[in-house]
Amino acid sequence: MTQESMTNTAESTRSLVIERVFPHPPEKLWRALTESPLLAQWMMNNDFEPVPGHKFQFRADPMPNWNGVVDCEVLIVDPLQRLSYNWGVGGGESGLQWVVLFTLTPAEGGTHVRMEQSGFGPDQQAAYQGAKYGWQKFFGGLERVLGGLD
Amino acid sequence: MKPANANHVFRALADPTRRAIFEELTRQGEQTVHALTRYAGVSQPAVSKHLTVLKRAKLVRHRRAGRETHYRVQPDALAPMVDWLKLYGAFWRDRFDRLETLLERMEP
Repeated sequence: MTQESMTNTAESTRSLVIERVFPHPPEKLWRALTESPLLAQWMMNNDFEPVPGHKFQFRADPMPNWNGVVDCEVLIVDPLQRLSYNWGVGGGESGLQWVVLFTLTPAEGGTHVRMEQSGFGPDQQAAYQGAKYGWQKFFGGLERVLGGLD
Repeated sequence: MKPANANHVFRALADPTRRAIFEELTRQGEQTVHALTRYAGVSQPAVSKHLTVLKRAKLVRHRRAGRETHYRVQPDALAPMVDWLKLYGAFWRDRFDRLETLLERMEP
């Protein structure tokens, strides 16, 4: 059985969160998340290594408005628990920067996986480190604006 | 009118000063360039430049009244951003499906 939820963007736009319980142990999930050939089978071709500071790329087929490349840098490697990397699309100063964070938690009959994608400005690192003014705060304040969209 | 694409919106809001100006407009409603300059604490030409970027991304609109230019937030300004987030939501759910398939195939 799987559980899944996605935050409603109109209600909570601080970040995008996808969660699911997989009927497999954390060890197996961790391998799928951190071994490059396995990662390629469900994400994209990559030269990932589970080493903080390691720069790598995901590569997919180019599409309109996207060259198919995601530029990443490993931020957190907390075996069996947390994995985080930058997620850069478009390259250079004008590109879009995100932070992707996977959190694994043992659950009944498997592992709960939470993927959070947040922060998408050049100053996202500052926001990630808890700076006073970042995307988190920005989106917090904009909820009512977005609330009026639908 | 064609909506600005999400990239323009994200890029326009990537700058902290522009984001602060935009946020101030969502909070206070319509504001003059002078008022925004006082708020932002940077020069008026700098504020005007930021407003031009926000305008290009269709995040704000302006009207002239006498010697003052008034700016306000476009009602559906952030719609491309919301669409974009929904797109990424679909992306990750698809990847999670593939992850599930892979896990089934992997040795225990």
